[in-house]
Amino acid sequence: MTERLNNLKESPSQTAGPYVHIGCTPNFSSKSSYSYDLGKTMKIGPVLGEEITIVGYVFDGAGAPLCDAMIEIWQPDAAGLFPATNETRGIADPNFMGWGRSTSDMNTGEFIFETVKPGTVPGPDGVMQAPHITVWVVARGINIGLHTRIYFNDETIANSLDPILSQIKNQKRVETLLALKKGVGRYQFDIHLQGPHETIFFDI
Amino acid sequence: MSLSVQKGKFIPRDREWQPEALTPAYKSSVKRSPQAALLSFPSTLSEETSPIFNNNILGPLDNDLIFNHAKPGESAIGARIIVHGQILDENGIGIPDTLVEFWQANAGGRYRHKNDRYLANLDPNFGGCGRTITAENGFYEFRTIQPGPYPWPNGGNDWRPAHIHFSIFGYGFVQRLITQMYFEGDPHIKLCPIVNSLTSKEAVDALTAPLDMKRTIPMNCRAFKFNIVLRGRHQTYFENRKEGL
Repeated sequence: MTERLNNLKESPSQTAGPYVHIGCTPNFSSKSSYSYDLGKTMKIGPVLGEEITIVGYVFDGAGAPLCDAMIEIWQPDAAGLFPATNETRGIADPNFMGWGRSTSDMNTGEFIFETVKPGTVPGPDGVMQAPHITVWVVARGINIGLHTRIYFNDETIANSLDPILSQIKNQKRVETLLALKKGVGRYQFDIHLQGPHETIFFDI
Repeated sequence: MSLSVQKGKFIPRDREWQPEALTPAYKSSVKRSPQAALLSFPSTLSEETSPIFNNNILGPLDNDLIFNHAKPGESAIGARIIVHGQILDENGIGIPDTLVEFWQANAGGRYRHKNDRYLANLDPNFGGCGRTITAENGFYEFRTIQPGPYPWPNGGNDWRPAHIHFSIFGYGFVQRLITQMYFEGDPHIKLCPIVNSLTSKEAVDALTAPLDMKRTIPMNCRAFKFNIVLRGRHQTYFENRKEGL
């Protein structure tokens, strides 16, 4: 018999359930012992770059907006630097958190992020990626958190050169990853869990 | 060149081990499960970096659910327990300085949430919400009361086993995980459609915390041990680069 590898297995995921707010955004559901909800404010002072607002909904396969989802985003600052301990290329904007957390509104389902337009970061083999935001979605009925990305529909050239977007075989589906510019500093990004407009989700 | 610990790409997720998106016995998954194939690509900086949380965000009682919502001189009702363990990656390396959030129902199986209308009473001294940041080598612990099982609208008579929800970060955003901890010996575990989204007994066991008598405080509090494993990165002496360069 060969030696056992003894590699650990990742802990299995389980749904966040309908009451994710209690643990992750406690001030959203009721008064809590935390003074503020983590991830609600992504900017703690004046920030570099273009400040933007992204709003959207998460839709189920019947076209109904989820009113109990939690969405998190993670992104670099306007210069393309992450406020992370393992960022080795420089020091990110100290007033920018890089991470945001929003719950869908309990009545309308709308989520909202007040952030900055991300800079570019290198991808596979050092090729620059188009500006993008990493997205993670959990909710009742989602057994394992869903990863996707927000790209921007006003970055046509960068998107056309992006190493991830260009490997998508059905190019019509690239649209599901594009935030739509709705005005100065305003974007709309809807997430479709199922159906003809199903968002491309990642296995990274 | 030194051993490039934590420098490689993330090891791909074992999708056979993790639950499928669509598990029809858990009815909420039917319209909320993606159906197209997932897009796979090697991790980039966007997935290999993660936000920083400092201990200064924590209040003194954030890891003590027996007291963090209680009136002065009072405490939450229920069986007092310590939950402790280690956050590791798949390579067995403890993950320090990472945020762990947890939430749960009270001893009667009722959540402090406006959408939970179960007839069990709220406990005025129990909020059900806590958090901590892992210490060196990834160890964590908190104190709480054992949550109760409760019925939920799914099948005609479905009950959740007693459980605590966990949210964990890690050092790369692609490690982000939400899961649930169950209690050794709970007969509801094998009946639950959410637990049964897992296809192997080993996966269920990985979420079932054993009673840990060594950490029990005599005449005070029992203990349950719950280690959590997040994804790891390929570790290699040899960097990925084209031959001949």
